[in-house]
Amino acid sequence: MIIVKDLHKKFNDNHVLAGVNYHIHPGEKIVVVGPSGSGKSTFLRCLNLLEKPTSGEIWFDGQLITDPKTDINKVRQHMGMVFQHFNLFNNLTIMENITLAPTKLKLMGEEEAKENALKLLGRVGLAEKADAYPASLSGGQKQRIAIVRSLAMNPRVMLFDEPTSALDPEMVGEVLEVMKELADSGMTMVVVTHEMGFAKEVGTKVVFMDGGNIVEENTPQEFFANPQSPRLQEFLSKVL
Amino acid sequence: MEWFNSVIKAIEAAFITGDRWKLYLEGLGVTLEVAFFASIIGIIIGTIVAFMKLSVRKDGKPTLAAHIANIYMDIIRGTPVVLQIMLMWFVFMAGCKNGVLVASITFGINSGAYVAEIVRAGILAVDKGQTEAGRSLGLTQFQTMRYIVIPQAFKNVLPPLCNEFIVLIKETAIVGYVGLSDLTRVANQMTSKVYDAFTPLIGAAIVYFVIVKILTKLLGRLERRLRKSDNR
Repeated sequence: MIIVKDLHKKFNDNHVLAGVNYHIHPGEKIVVVGPSGSGKSTFLRCLNLLEKPTSGEIWFDGQLITDPKTDINKVRQHMGMVFQHFNLFNNLTIMENITLAPTKLKLMGEEEAKENALKLLGRVGLAEKADAYPASLSGGQKQRIAIVRSLAMNPRVMLFDEPTSALDPEMVGEVLEVMKELADSGMTMVVVTHEMGFAKEVGTKVVFMDGGNIVEENTPQEFFANPQSPRLQEFLSKVL
Repeated sequence: MEWFNSVIKAIEAAFITGDRWKLYLEGLGVTLEVAFFASIIGIIIGTIVAFMKLSVRKDGKPTLAAHIANIYMDIIRGTPVVLQIMLMWFVFMAGCKNGVLVASITFGINSGAYVAEIVRAGILAVDKGQTEAGRSLGLTQFQTMRYIVIPQAFKNVLPPLCNEFIVLIKETAIVGYVGLSDLTRVANQMTSKVYDAFTPLIGAAIVYFVIVKILTKLLGRLERRLRKSDNR
């Protein structure tokens, strides 16, 4: 579904991604872990070109999206993204947050988009917040709505960039719960996170990144029980 | 008592005899007219220049438009506005006999450079995450600006813009240089008519002060109202 070939990203002299190769298949839940500065967030943000790769290729459903001729806006309609800081649109109500993109991009009519939004809001238990503004919500509620906003576009893959890192501890659970349900529904997901419990429980594969590249990749069971590289062993000994 | 009488007499001479207060009123009219049209021109120019300055090429370098915007701002902010209006009146628009028009355009162009900075700062103050979220949903750069960034920037920008208008009211006091009879010039001419500098000048100063005070009060109310929608 997503194929990454020899992906490099440099910020000035800082070589953040040093030739990443990876293949994501439909229905997989890839959990990316690693120390800060390992390039995992940059890797994720390259997948929908929020970060422009310095070199390398990214294919999405057979389309080379790193080609300058590709209409990246069209591609992004099929790739949902959830951010660490939620990034709900502060000037719009929850309902408008969710319906803005589907209606302005003419994928749905006003009515259909609203109906769809209410259905999705119901799924995360926030239907009564439809007319509220983001400023009046808790972090956990904001993040659940950010997930709904992405889902309203019917994406084929969902990218999560440390979705629980900015949350109060007691709100992490409600967001992970929504993500688990999403995973169970068969969505293809790429999740950058520090939540090792989530990686074990939901991931179909866990990827360890360090120094701008993928060091190790395995099923969650093997990944945590039998880490191969000394770097991963050290990392796990610190975080578990 | 004698002192009191002389004050009354001076006030009478400066403002009342021969309906002289009408001259001040006309002068105030010119002042407000120039300030009003100048701020409209300033907002239009400033907004365009702000977007020119914010434009970036695909490789991340500033565009030609950004360079032009920079040159414009440098020139305007690097020269006195008195000189700018004299240059306009005597050189660039020498054929135009409409002083209010020349003054409005000059102050508009001048104000535009400052408004551009206000608008640019207002747009940059909107969190980058808002743009990223918009783009990640597939919205274009333009749609993201139109529906998400600009509405939020507007709120940041409105109070300093009103402030710029208040500043303009006082700055236009130099239009006497090109023969316009604004409030300051009327008062100045009156001093030689009544052989008294104090009363007409203080009178004009009080009028400026009251107008600015009223506008500042209104602006404060507007700001409080804008902030209300941020409350939880």
